[in-house]
Amino acid sequence: MSFYLRRIAFYLITLWAAISLNFLLPRMMPGDPASIMLGKLRRAAGGRPLTDEAIQTVRLLFGADKTTPLWDQYLAYWGQMLRFDLGISSTRYPYTVVSLIADALPWTLVLVGTATLISFVLGIVVGGWVGWKRGTWLDHLVPVTTLLQSIPYFWLALVLVAVFSVQLGLLPIFGGYDPFSFPGGPEWSWAFISSAAKHAILPAVTIVISSIGGWLLGMRNMMVSTMSEDYVLTAEAKGLRPSRVRDRYAARNAAIPSLAGFGIALAFVVAGSIVMEQVFTYPGIGKLMIQAVQNLDYALMQGVFLVITLTVLAANFVMDLIYGIIDPRVRTHG
Amino acid sequence: MADRLAGVRHLLPRMSAKFVVGLILVGAITLFGLIGPQFTVDPLDSSFKGLLPPGGEHPLGTTKLGYDVLAQLATGTRGSLYVGLLGGLVALVLAIGFGIMAGYFGDWLDEILTVFTNIMLVIPGLPLVMILAAYVQSAEGLGDFARSSTLVALILGITGWSGSAIVLRAQARSLRTREYVAAARVAGEKGLRIIAVEILPNLVPLIAAQLIWGVMAAVLGEAGLSYLGLGPTGSVTLGTMLNDAQTGQAVGAGAWWWFVPPGLLIALLGTGLSLVNFAIDEIVNPKLRAAPEAARQQRKATKAGKGVASGGSFA
Repeated sequence: MSFYLRRIAFYLITLWAAISLNFLLPRMMPGDPASIMLGKLRRAAGGRPLTDEAIQTVRLLFGADKTTPLWDQYLAYWGQMLRFDLGISSTRYPYTVVSLIADALPWTLVLVGTATLISFVLGIVVGGWVGWKRGTWLDHLVPVTTLLQSIPYFWLALVLVAVFSVQLGLLPIFGGYDPFSFPGGPEWSWAFISSAAKHAILPAVTIVISSIGGWLLGMRNMMVSTMSEDYVLTAEAKGLRPSRVRDRYAARNAAIPSLAGFGIALAFVVAGSIVMEQVFTYPGIGKLMIQAVQNLDYALMQGVFLVITLTVLAANFVMDLIYGIIDPRVRTHG
Repeated sequence: MADRLAGVRHLLPRMSAKFVVGLILVGAITLFGLIGPQFTVDPLDSSFKGLLPPGGEHPLGTTKLGYDVLAQLATGTRGSLYVGLLGGLVALVLAIGFGIMAGYFGDWLDEILTVFTNIMLVIPGLPLVMILAAYVQSAEGLGDFARSSTLVALILGITGWSGSAIVLRAQARSLRTREYVAAARVAGEKGLRIIAVEILPNLVPLIAAQLIWGVMAAVLGEAGLSYLGLGPTGSVTLGTMLNDAQTGQAVGAGAWWWFVPPGLLIALLGTGLSLVNFAIDEIVNPKLRAAPEAARQQRKATKAGKGVASGGSFA
């Protein structure tokens, strides 16, 4: 089997596992999440009776009565998933979970995507350089990066807000855009985009500062290991320019584990960003997740979990494609 | 006796500056959490004035509700360390179970365990933990346990073992082909005994490193969960302190003495643990230790006019 087929198969299995987990969780828990959810929806509807369709959806998502066999429930659940119907939110009644996610997802994708890319590239370049200069004062950067790595994202966000927003008043304290200038919500105008960019500075800086340490350190250590390989010595002995030895021989190979480990690191960034969005009340997917969990809005909670998982899988897959191009060995040897 | 020590010594960390600083940081914070609460006032005594800045009777000031920040910090450190250690241990046991079994037995067992491990690895951890915590904490029939720090630690451990399992599997796989393992197999020893007697002892540095990562991850995970209000209730941890600071508008009120110390303590604990881990890394991967040292000596030699190369990456 080729490398790509294997990876695709793996992601399909993971997707199946995530959806099955979503199916099983509410059914394994003591108590009856479906009734709780129905109760919450009734309260949210303010006494108006729920439609049969809405009740049916809740039953499909969170567990029917005990007489229906689990297997039938599972099949029906899959039908529900394939129609992209994740139910109605009780905290933001009467919006559907899918529409709420669609509103929130772009904010997080742009913010976390851009910040992660900056952090990754910066970490690889600086880490490669520090590894190249091994044995000099630059080695002292290593303990500093561990401090950065150990700082909780949300705490760093709190400190940044305290300094730059509260004390200095330079940047906005909360939100994704200025709601007073744009009472109608997001729009496609230059003014809106600049407002959104200004609001994204602190969150992005938080992500970059907290995540760069891992990339930098991993790359530095790999660079140090690679530099003592025989082929690097050979390249040097052939009289190649140092920049060529560094970039084409050492750095290219040293970067491979960082690329391979991108998925694991991404999970950390996603986790950190979710909590961070709470600090900035950023209108992204993390804030939605927190809202759902705090109000026990099961439909929203599980929908967001599924979408986050899907997004992370997609990002991992893209990274696998790049990995396959950079390191041809994985394509041939699997 | 001396010979035996020499055999073990290469498995012990070298006393480098990084290692010593790390040990001091971890040791000091652990001591602070263990005996600090004995010397402070009751962390849940709210009879003091609210939002007092540091100084006088309250070296780190008070919170909005009039709790002494230093007392909360000491008790919170104890709480966070408990969650970290328990969560880290649970994760380690699972990682050893999955990783080493997969690496040693190979074949179809390896395939299945590895796919399972990889699935756990790519499914984002915190959202899963949030969902689990939300369900479990609202479940009936668990009583006080539902919102205890023990349960939070268990959830963090159960969801946080996969990274370590991958590392251990790779190492166990390479050990499996060593001659002394083959010899034990030929001698008719059973698989689990070989794992316990031949493989595990050689993985000690790696396992120690995984435990340290696990503890760090659990401390950070608890802080995040608690900050979101999903942490343990009734007990004080560094995370619940930050949650209180958030709901009490500490940032807006400029009460830095309330929200800075808990986060700083988490960061310092993490730094100390990673520094200790570096020392362990240098045992597992001697190149990390030898290469910078060699480069330094080469440069010295060149400066003294005794170098072999006058330029380039090795000068």
